[in-house]
Amino acid sequence: MTAAAIAADVRAGRRTAESIVEDALGLVAARDGDVHAFLHVDTEGAIAAARAVDARVARGEEPGPLAGVPLALKDNLCTRGIPTTCGSRILEGWRPPYTATAVERLLACGAVPLGKTNLDEFAMGSSTENSAFGPTRNPRNPARVPGGSSGGSAAAVAAGFAPIALGTDTGGSIRQPAALCGVVGVKPTYGAVSRYGLIAFASSLDQIGPFATNVADAAAVLEAMAGPDPRDSTSWPEPFAPLDVRADVSGLRVGVVRELMGEGIAADVAARAAEAADALSAAGAKVDEVSVPGARYALSAYYLIAPAEASSNLARYDGVRYGLRVERDDITTTYGATRAAGFGAEVKRRIMLGTYALSAGYYDAYYGQAQRARTLLIRDFAAAYERFDVLLTPTTPTTAFELGARTADPLSMYLSDVCTVPSNLAGHPAMTVPFGTGADGLPIGVQVLAPALGERVMFRVAATLEEVAPR
Amino acid sequence: MSDWETVIGLEVHCELRTETKLFCGCRNAFGDEPNTNICPTCLGLPGSLPVLNRAAVEFAMRIGTALHCEVRPSIFHRKNYFYPDMPKDYQISQYDEPLNVNGWLELPDGTRVGIERAHLEEDTGKTTHVGTSGRIHGADFSLVDYNRAGVPLVEIVSRPDIRSADQAKSYVAELRGILVATGASDGKMEEGSLRVDANVSVHRAGEPFGTRAEIKNLNSLRSLGRAIDYETRRQVALLEDGGTVVQETRHWNEDEGRTSSLRTKEEAYDYRYFPEPDLVPLDPPVAWKDNVRASLPVLPAERRHRLAELVGMAPADVSLLVELDLDRLVGDAISVGADPRIAVNRAANEVAAAPERAAALDPTAFAALTRMEADGRLTATQAKAVLAEVIASGGDPQAIADAHGYAPADSGLVEAAVDTAIADDEAAWARYVGGEDKVAGLFVGKVMKATGGKADGKAVTALLQSKRAAATGQAH
Amino acid sequence: MAVPISRDDVAHVARLARLDVTDEELDRFTAQLAAVLEYASDVASLDTAGVPPTAHPLELLNVLREDVPVASLDRDEVLAAAPAVVDGRFRVPKILGEAP
Repeated sequence: MTAAAIAADVRAGRRTAESIVEDALGLVAARDGDVHAFLHVDTEGAIAAARAVDARVARGEEPGPLAGVPLALKDNLCTRGIPTTCGSRILEGWRPPYTATAVERLLACGAVPLGKTNLDEFAMGSSTENSAFGPTRNPRNPARVPGGSSGGSAAAVAAGFAPIALGTDTGGSIRQPAALCGVVGVKPTYGAVSRYGLIAFASSLDQIGPFATNVADAAAVLEAMAGPDPRDSTSWPEPFAPLDVRADVSGLRVGVVRELMGEGIAADVAARAAEAADALSAAGAKVDEVSVPGARYALSAYYLIAPAEASSNLARYDGVRYGLRVERDDITTTYGATRAAGFGAEVKRRIMLGTYALSAGYYDAYYGQAQRARTLLIRDFAAAYERFDVLLTPTTPTTAFELGARTADPLSMYLSDVCTVPSNLAGHPAMTVPFGTGADGLPIGVQVLAPALGERVMFRVAATLEEVAPR
Repeated sequence: MSDWETVIGLEVHCELRTETKLFCGCRNAFGDEPNTNICPTCLGLPGSLPVLNRAAVEFAMRIGTALHCEVRPSIFHRKNYFYPDMPKDYQISQYDEPLNVNGWLELPDGTRVGIERAHLEEDTGKTTHVGTSGRIHGADFSLVDYNRAGVPLVEIVSRPDIRSADQAKSYVAELRGILVATGASDGKMEEGSLRVDANVSVHRAGEPFGTRAEIKNLNSLRSLGRAIDYETRRQVALLEDGGTVVQETRHWNEDEGRTSSLRTKEEAYDYRYFPEPDLVPLDPPVAWKDNVRASLPVLPAERRHRLAELVGMAPADVSLLVELDLDRLVGDAISVGADPRIAVNRAANEVAAAPERAAALDPTAFAALTRMEADGRLTATQAKAVLAEVIASGGDPQAIADAHGYAPADSGLVEAAVDTAIADDEAAWARYVGGEDKVAGLFVGKVMKATGGKADGKAVTALLQSKRAAATGQAH
Repeated sequence: MAVPISRDDVAHVARLARLDVTDEELDRFTAQLAAVLEYASDVASLDTAGVPPTAHPLELLNVLREDVPVASLDRDEVLAAAPAVVDGRFRVPKILGEAP
């Protein structure tokens, strides 16, 4: 069932939230052993939340637009009193004393959180294989990765455990797993959703966003949590404009990004993207090719900027105030031993890469240069958006790869993000819509990109793609 | 030794008197139970974010404006390093785009010291070392309290324009006066709300500046002076011995009276500064800057200049009065006719001795009293006595003088008393005539006794001098 | 410009980042990081003369908060999550030097 349908039933009293959440929990118990979407299922909390929704309905009080809808939450979002690990040993067992703003807002809308989902450690990865607690399997094919870093949330929705989930996207970590699992995933404009309570990976890139089985549900979740937050200095200060999910693209100008359609993109994926472009054209959009030269070096800039910010954001995991401590004779050796034991290899690589990119003598050549390249990319996008309303690309270069296929070579894993990182660098919204399958029968996603605060037009294009997508 | 010059630059950290911390709403309070003023942000919990305190910016702008700085657009940077009192293992500070730059302050003696910058940053938590000595070396473990973590600081960096320990102390005293006047600080070095680090180097006159050492743990003006003197001697001795001064941080040991090296294995530490992505730039609108400028009180240097002009003295000579907040009293008294010279003198001595009563002292009464003394209607001694009473319990100076029967002695009586005193002690008179000026005091004392304290000491001394001149046939 | 990162460089940044690494890890990480930096060298060769860096994708200024106290966290809840506590304070093993 869609979130909209569930909420309608609960609000009308046709079903209780408790019965819905019990079904969901039952399904998780029966099937998640195979998928491993969840790291922690909060049975008690979910039932209590559901009962609270039912009580409001019974009292005639407004239960919220997402009343009774089961929700899965990526485990890098703080949830008070509930273990929040970021997929890392260094935070194993840590229970935050506060809840992220975005989560609070969804709870206030009546959503019922089932638990916390698996992720690549500290959101660093594209397959969820970097989790310290074991990988998640793609519900469409258990030998394949679900993508990452929000693999658990994508899988939870794809497996039908919850109709909606929250993930986070720094370089594609919502969109890429959504595409590989065959669901809708949205990265909002940077600043549209508060980052307060989102455990930081790369502060100038991170955003929270929704997973859903359909575009309308994704829009509802985004509307419910977006908007200014005085606790986040980088949150956009204007109210988030209501979204429009009419499948109407007549007159809209759609630009297909040349740099992301050729080399590096698998043939079956590129074909689906081309099909999507044709479908939009048939639906009344004006479709043409566009060049965004900056897209070519966006991945490189990303792999200098993101690790640099991460190296600083992850310094706080030092065994002093919370989390794992491997105690030694003095504080310095305690730091070293704690972080060595607590972090996995990918996190260590990125911390060292980031530290290097910021270090004396290298700052200007690496971090400084990458931030200037970022400006050039933003200018390229601005030029493109003078002629087009939205842009179109494949979401990922390939369909879901096999578990273990790319773990030996970090660089090969990083290439999964080539279509998604440009939007993070620019701070622009982007979303993925399932659009057919590949040669191997696995899902393919098509990505719609829009300028900053352009969610309204982005969702209209996505709704159209959803309507015309091959089954 | 005499061809060596000392060069000193001072870094002063000033805790701001805001209600809450720099980036969160926790209370900015001294002395609360450990770890009771903490939240996700100042504790550095995962997922927390900073939000800038408007009042802290206001205070920082007041400080910058008071120090004649350019108040400019600025951003925050992260200064990355690991230490247990650092909740995030980076400090949010300002690096190469700070809020205030290129200012100066004027010392009481008129010297100007340049201010390179005054920027905002967050304070760290407090560590207590537990072990045999309570010092870091030899500790078994340490305890951390994060109440102070995130408290707003303004760091004020002087140019290396200071040339002596005394000048350094004068700079800190003047800066403290300015900071208190802006309302930004309570100025309490003893409580740690004002912390001073000194950069000291020496060089031979005419040669370039030498390598500097940074000295920490200076908890009072006295320590500052002693440490600079010690460090100067240490560096000179080292250089004269053929050694080199190492650029390092040194710890001042108050008990032992010396600095010792804190040098760890890493020399110039790599802080990997980069712009703070969780904060947006600060660009105070012109209206805000104008408002700050307009709302500052008259600062100490200006108060010195105004009083100096009023009384016809040098600013350095009236600095004590400004420091004691007595310039207003003197200014008000002069505006109702006080004798300037006497007013300054009495304020700096008698009134200053009872500073807590100064606020209640009526400027009109004070002015009247100075005129009585200036006109010769009261001797200096009598005037002081009346003033003491006015300070203690108010009242009209003339009435008090009358009640005591204060009036200058009849001049004929005074002269007669002088002649008697001379006749009574011819040996002493001979010594005085012979040039021993000190003997005058003996005669003045006798005359005061004989006239019941009503003689004017200065007039008696003048009389003695003219008698001596007459006796020796010399003009004075 | 692109000097491949050396084993000493990796050891140095590992120390800066307070990460103990084994010799085997040093070898492996050096090769992997060098490959990433090599890949990222296309950014290095971009002509960015006169181009300002983007620290924030948004163009916001002057986001400020009023100086009004907000309830702090409950100390017990916070200390319950701490690895070691003595007398309401976080206990850490001995610190060998002053802050850098």
